[in-house]
Amino acid sequence: MAEAIALIDYGAGNLHSVYNALNAAGAEHVTVTADPRLVRGAKRIVLPGVGAFGACREGLWSIPGMIEALQDSVIERRVPFLGICVGMQLLADRGLEHGTHEGLGWIPGEVHKIERTDPNIRVPHMGWNDVALTAHHDDHDLIEEGEAYFLHSYHFAAQDGADVAAMTDHGGGIVAAVARDNIVGVQFHPEKSQAYGIDLLKRFLEWKP
Amino acid sequence: MTVRIRVIPCLDVADGRVVKGVNFVDLKDAGDPVEQAQAYDAAGADELCFLDISASHEGRGTLLDIVKRTAEVCFMPLTVGGGVSSVEDARALLLAGADKVAVNSAAVKRPEIMADIADRMGSQCAVASVDARRVSAPGEPGRWEIFTHGGRRETGIDAVEHAVKLAELGAGELLVTSMDGDGTQAGYDLELTRAIADAVSVPVVASGGVGNLQHLVDGVTKGHASAVLAASIFHFGTYTIADAHRALREAGLPARG
Repeated sequence: MAEAIALIDYGAGNLHSVYNALNAAGAEHVTVTADPRLVRGAKRIVLPGVGAFGACREGLWSIPGMIEALQDSVIERRVPFLGICVGMQLLADRGLEHGTHEGLGWIPGEVHKIERTDPNIRVPHMGWNDVALTAHHDDHDLIEEGEAYFLHSYHFAAQDGADVAAMTDHGGGIVAAVARDNIVGVQFHPEKSQAYGIDLLKRFLEWKP
Repeated sequence: MTVRIRVIPCLDVADGRVVKGVNFVDLKDAGDPVEQAQAYDAAGADELCFLDISASHEGRGTLLDIVKRTAEVCFMPLTVGGGVSSVEDARALLLAGADKVAVNSAAVKRPEIMADIADRMGSQCAVASVDARRVSAPGEPGRWEIFTHGGRRETGIDAVEHAVKLAELGAGELLVTSMDGDGTQAGYDLELTRAIADAVSVPVVASGGVGNLQHLVDGVTKGHASAVLAASIFHFGTYTIADAHRALREAGLPARG
């Protein structure tokens, strides 16, 4: 795929793993960038993110013009968008990690701490777990059934079940993927999920929402 | 199913070369950590661990390059430990492509380093290594203390208390190694692993002493670990990652494969 892909660099960690995985999936023009102009010019946008919601939010919002560029590309012009881990959680209205922080608000919901329902449930949720499709997945053929690598302590509580494309189980249901129109967010790490993850990125590169 | 029990092969690296590594696969350069990492990626390991045991500062410098080259070709989670003494060390490893950083003696000297790393980069990447030896006499209730310098130097610090403290400070995972068991192939110190796993809410990785597949199963069923780390049994080809996954499944535990 020779399309320009913007991988947003906002100081939120493991960018190179995502960059390498996109290349392994066949992307040819991935630009790691904090430049809103390049985001506006991109045909696809990937928002990674590890660490705390608040710190990621602060990093993204502190780049002059970035939120406006994302809003214009993803909401107005419907450019395909993939959020990964905290990059997915930022799609919510707000995150409740170390205080309350406003998110992008593109997919209604909140980000809450994973409840430790019994002693066998460890937090962080760390390791390979199911990606189980919901009844709504038909609308978004990007996510497939399988096993992926999760690494998180907070989870996306979606307001509208229709936005949830896949679930996993960790002491109760945890949203594994959200999707709406041209926007997809995955709680797991495709860049760390071996063949399953690379295949998902391949589908994203060819996705025509 | 629920989250899978992770099987983690660990490679010891010194001065950029694998010290104790795979010798059963057809590698062009058996000492190259990147090639070995690829072999484990292909074998379906759930995560990989690099432990840097370089004696010199220069030797450690090569680690960043190894991590970077590994992240270019392996799409699996990578934990890197050994000689991490500051937030800057941790950050450099994460930026090079590590997903988690294991802190060992620096957290013995100053436990608050776990909070420093967790606050800036998140608990999910902050692994605390707990290297312990049993100090209670046989027949007495189990008691363990932290040892540094490869298990040679005692600190007088209670291992379970230390582990709980590091988790409270922000460590997102504990790598619990029995220095008594390390290299013996006699199995994990299950009592130690369980004492720590039952006292914390974060995942615990059992380490030190694996000689067979039952040891891996016991680490989970009796040690209450969420992940099992081993070196020799995989490196020398005694068992494959698939064998380990199968043994866990046959014991009724969730595992990939």
